[in-house]
Amino acid sequence: MALAQRLLEIPAVRRSDRLRTFITAAWLGWQIETNWADPLIFIIYFVARPIAALAILVVMYSIIAADSIGTPFFAYVYLGSALYLLTSQIIVGISWVVIEDREQYRVAKQLHTAPIDGYTYLVGRGMARFIVGILSVLVTVPFGVLIFGIPVTLVGIDFPLLIVSTVFGLAAMAALGVMIGAFTMQVSRQVWFIGDSISGALYLLTGAVFPIDLLPDFLRPLSYILPSTYWLELARRALLGDNAIQFQAISALDSGTMLGILIGMSLLLMLASVFVYRWSLRRAKERGVLDMETNF
Amino acid sequence: MAAERVYKATGFTLFWRMMWARAYPRIIGALRERDWIFFETVLPLGTTAAFVFIYRGAGAPPEYTGFAVLGGAMTAFWLNVLWSMASQLYWDKDEGNLELYILSPGPLMAILLGMAIGGIFMATIRAVTIILLASLMFSVSYAISSVPLLFLVFFMTMAALYGMGMMFASLFLTSGREVWHLANLFQEPIYLVSGFYFPVNALGFWVATFASVIPLTLGMDAMRQIIFSNQVGLGFLPVELELLILTILAGLFLFGARLLLTTLENIGRREGRLTERRR
Repeated sequence: MALAQRLLEIPAVRRSDRLRTFITAAWLGWQIETNWADPLIFIIYFVARPIAALAILVVMYSIIAADSIGTPFFAYVYLGSALYLLTSQIIVGISWVVIEDREQYRVAKQLHTAPIDGYTYLVGRGMARFIVGILSVLVTVPFGVLIFGIPVTLVGIDFPLLIVSTVFGLAAMAALGVMIGAFTMQVSRQVWFIGDSISGALYLLTGAVFPIDLLPDFLRPLSYILPSTYWLELARRALLGDNAIQFQAISALDSGTMLGILIGMSLLLMLASVFVYRWSLRRAKERGVLDMETNF
Repeated sequence: MAAERVYKATGFTLFWRMMWARAYPRIIGALRERDWIFFETVLPLGTTAAFVFIYRGAGAPPEYTGFAVLGGAMTAFWLNVLWSMASQLYWDKDEGNLELYILSPGPLMAILLGMAIGGIFMATIRAVTIILLASLMFSVSYAISSVPLLFLVFFMTMAALYGMGMMFASLFLTSGREVWHLANLFQEPIYLVSGFYFPVNALGFWVATFASVIPLTLGMDAMRQIIFSNQVGLGFLPVELELLILTILAGLFLFGARLLLTTLENIGRREGRLTERRR
């Protein structure tokens, strides 16, 4: 707890209930993710899983056209999939916290009677998965550069664009994660894959691994209203620079416009998540399911 | 007034009743609260559809769409085995059910089989929905060479797969809180080596051979050969041989599950860990 303790002793943090809740929840989440596992299993888990996910794509491509590996299109797919790991970790991480606390650790009653802000707690607990996601991206992108010749170079990366778009892109995903977690408060453990399911749906709609031009016409508008569509495109542009292949409909937008849309969407989602959280909490209390254990 | 005579089940009747008693909450639970059908059948279509579009984007022949759909449907069973079979005894210990199972007069194998039946029920709903919807959406065409053989392969795959899940249940129980990481670890890497979204022989003979210990590897390979019979050179091994290996695996895993369950129950009793929830 050394780092968390130091952060908690910062005067501004000591004065803020929300910051203290956030840091403590993040520390708790990290302990659950790492300290309760054998270090070797944990390292294999966060390295093997993302690499395997990307290897599936590589094998699929190599079966169809072995010479397509290393092309700009392959770089587009590889980076989209690698970055998407971060999105799925955040969405699943935050939404899973509700089920974990309620069904596994059975601390829902204590949490909701403690003087903490539930929304902040959820986001804080999700931070551990966010860090695991960042580590996964830091493993898989260099892996792609070294093994598959993905044209990413340190000097070619547009760091300001990458950082700003990532901050807002991930904030939007965190807001979505909170909304899914809030909804989970109202339902049983039957829906414990809800985060994974929504993450899977976004994998399709955001053009992570294929251009959204390939989507049927009726699905394409859904892509345009999802912030991760813009974040993935911006992050790919920032990482690949001139090597970024641009063939999807949103490519016509310049990076500044796209960043503006992303920031606007993120702020809107964050605001919406506060209302959804409060509404779901009230509904769960009314229905008496806040501490429900389903035991299926 | 004479006391009402209580019927006491023993032997096979007890086993049978215990099995259905454990399957009951899963089957009824799945039907009572139907929210999950949308979240766990319709939404996972997204991942399956993404793999279809990857193939289309890469200009793959149409039958590869069918491979992605079949793989997407079969993930339902693997996820169910990991999270609702292998991890279940750990969850049950954590929730205080395991001690009740042990205190009851029924055999633990019946509990595991009941879990498997309930799990297959839920996973089948998910898998069938994915196959139906995805087949309609992407106009997948099938050339099934033999429906009875397909059902036989599916049945043996499930027997071996859930036998493996029952065996894992005991092993995962010993891993304590690491169970979450173990279950996660067995997702994408297994999708890869078992060839969920592509013919497994693309990984080469030795990888496919080692991966064959996971029943879905051979089961899906056999199903692909039967369902897409117009494709030549698709399979890793002949269907009949794969069926034989699956039968052997089913027997081995069920035997292993029984052995491990007894052994771990004895160790757990001796060390007082069956009701210990802190690890």
